[in-house]
Amino acid sequence: MRGLFLVLLTLGVMGLGFWAYQENYKTQAAIAEVRDLHRDIGAAHERLGILNAEWAYLNRPDRLADLADLNFDRLGLLPLMPESFGRVDQVIYPPAPLLPVTDPIALSSDNAAEAETGL
Amino acid sequence: MIRTPLRPLATVLRARAAGENPDAIEAANKARRHAEMADRQRRRAEGRLLVLGLAFFVAFGVIGMRMATLASSVPEEPRAVVAGNPIIGQRADIVDRNGRILATNLATHSLYAHPRDMIDPARVARELVEIFPQMDEEELLADFTGDRRFLWIRRQISPEQMQAVHDIGSPGLLFGPREMRLYPNGPIAAHILGGASYGREGVSSAEVIGVAGVERHFDSSLRDPANEGAPLQLSLDLTVQAVTEQVLAGGMAIMNAKGASSVLMDIHTGEVIAMASLPDFDPNNRPRAPTTGDQSDSPLFNRAVQGVYELGSVFKIFTVAQAMELGLVNPDTMIDTQGPLTWGRFRIRDFRDHGPELSVTDVIVESSNIGTARIAMQIGAERQRDFLRNLGFLEPTQVEMVEAPTGRPLLPGNWSEISTMTISYGHGLSSSPLHLAAGYATLLNGGTLVRPTLLRQQGAARGPRVISEAVSARSRDMLRQVVTRGTASFAEVPGYAVGGKTGTADKPRTAGGGYYEDKVIATFASVFPAHDPRYVLIVTLDEPSEDSGAEPRRTAGWTAVPVAAEMIRRVGPLLGLRPQVDSPRRVGVTLTSN
Repeated sequence: MRGLFLVLLTLGVMGLGFWAYQENYKTQAAIAEVRDLHRDIGAAHERLGILNAEWAYLNRPDRLADLADLNFDRLGLLPLMPESFGRVDQVIYPPAPLLPVTDPIALSSDNAAEAETGL
Repeated sequence: MIRTPLRPLATVLRARAAGENPDAIEAANKARRHAEMADRQRRRAEGRLLVLGLAFFVAFGVIGMRMATLASSVPEEPRAVVAGNPIIGQRADIVDRNGRILATNLATHSLYAHPRDMIDPARVARELVEIFPQMDEEELLADFTGDRRFLWIRRQISPEQMQAVHDIGSPGLLFGPREMRLYPNGPIAAHILGGASYGREGVSSAEVIGVAGVERHFDSSLRDPANEGAPLQLSLDLTVQAVTEQVLAGGMAIMNAKGASSVLMDIHTGEVIAMASLPDFDPNNRPRAPTTGDQSDSPLFNRAVQGVYELGSVFKIFTVAQAMELGLVNPDTMIDTQGPLTWGRFRIRDFRDHGPELSVTDVIVESSNIGTARIAMQIGAERQRDFLRNLGFLEPTQVEMVEAPTGRPLLPGNWSEISTMTISYGHGLSSSPLHLAAGYATLLNGGTLVRPTLLRQQGAARGPRVISEAVSARSRDMLRQVVTRGTASFAEVPGYAVGGKTGTADKPRTAGGGYYEDKVIATFASVFPAHDPRYVLIVTLDEPSEDSGAEPRRTAGWTAVPVAAEMIRRVGPLLGLRPQVDSPRRVGVTLTSN
């Protein structure tokens, strides 16, 4: 009885040791993964920051004004002025598309030629 | 186990036959057995000792090895949890009200040198100067060949420069990562943003600290990692700010002014939509503060916040509004404007003679100093001071800039009767254009106090009431009439119903008392649209002179007003204000209570 108990105890200790060992390594792996992810996030953030800065730099009002001046021939962009506002009724409606003919009306002259030759 | 008997029968019989004592056999056997037992026990004890010794040896060995590794390795915190994101530790961005970037960070490199590791300092110095033309070769060589061990060469370099330095190939030139503050819009909103520089510097990193403006005011919260890089949102509108600065620069050039400032403020929330001060600077390359001369001539000087000026006739509306609030006058009360008005040794004159009397409305429309001074005498010094205190004119503005406390209004030491009279038309009390914007916003938004702010607000927080709604509406009506038939006729922008007041104040002499004859501060304080106020715009020109006529014209009506009108024309549509050419509500018809 005592021997069995000792054997079980030993096995239990070994099992617990094995479990602790595994958990430890799993934690280490998770921490390493988090570190890698943080590094990736950091790199992505840095990239995003640079892209945002570049976007802001390319869209700075001075440059946009210069570009609008340079391309005035093609685009004809002017600063927004009070005259630029219009009323809704000044906007022309797009021409309505023609509806398809669903019930054609038979005209008396439709088959006139055939009728004539048939006579 | 076969136990050897102590008295084996065969041996005993044999011993009996031989006549020996069989007990001797038993004793001998017993002794042998005891010796065997002793042997066994000794071996066991020895084995135990060995195991115990081994256990102790291993235990002490492990402890010793652990101590050795701990002693020889870099200390490291045991990590059980991973807290937060350690990456977003950099300084937060600053964005405008629509989320457009005003200030951000860029990862660059710094360049430093270890002169001891250099093989050919002369060549390194020569090639460095080719990359950085602003450096001095002689000086560099002296530094490299001297007894310095460490030397900063450049605080921040571009990737191209870094590659070029790499190509020099000297082991003594080293790079460190460096974060750089970038203002992508250049000089736009320079005074508000301020600028940044490096605090504590190390080879591997450097602290970016704000040196002026909102960068300095919000320095700790911008650097606080707990915010996780959440951007600071200002109330500015980048597009409106850019247009404002463009128009103001043009106006300043046309009007030959040496400086200019403008403040555009939301009349209900106190949000500063655009605030410009010219001349300006590029915060990416912030110039040093001048050590000699007048600080206010430096581009770093923010005229809109730090500059306190006697702003002139724009103050008249405060006097008239207070008199109406107190019930002393109504818009049609006739005021004696016969000049000059003599008070002790002082004489108050008007720009031109307005005849014997004018109605209160016309005192504002025609801008009569004498009329306003007479109204102020009815109000009295005490009540005037209290009213101006309520409007915030006696203290620096609370705007979120580190320079705000330096814009402290200059008040008369003794608020005498003559001070009351001069302050009523804007002389004898100096305040900043931002003060004026906040005062106009408070007066014209319906009468509730407005505090200027640079942070985006969610909805209008109504401040304590300063004047009644009816007086506010009547003041707006008067200001509208200044534009339609008074001194600010150039301010008429079709569709925007601009109302405003001009102010032309002689500049006080810097040395000694008195005023310059030919130097003025021209101000136009306006509100638009007058029937449904949304924005307050203040335009101030420093020493303008409009020279298209026979003689130079310096009054605000000829200088500040056209600039302000152009600004409203450009800015109004950008603010989403649709011009109302046929206003359904006639301007000038306002609610009155008596």
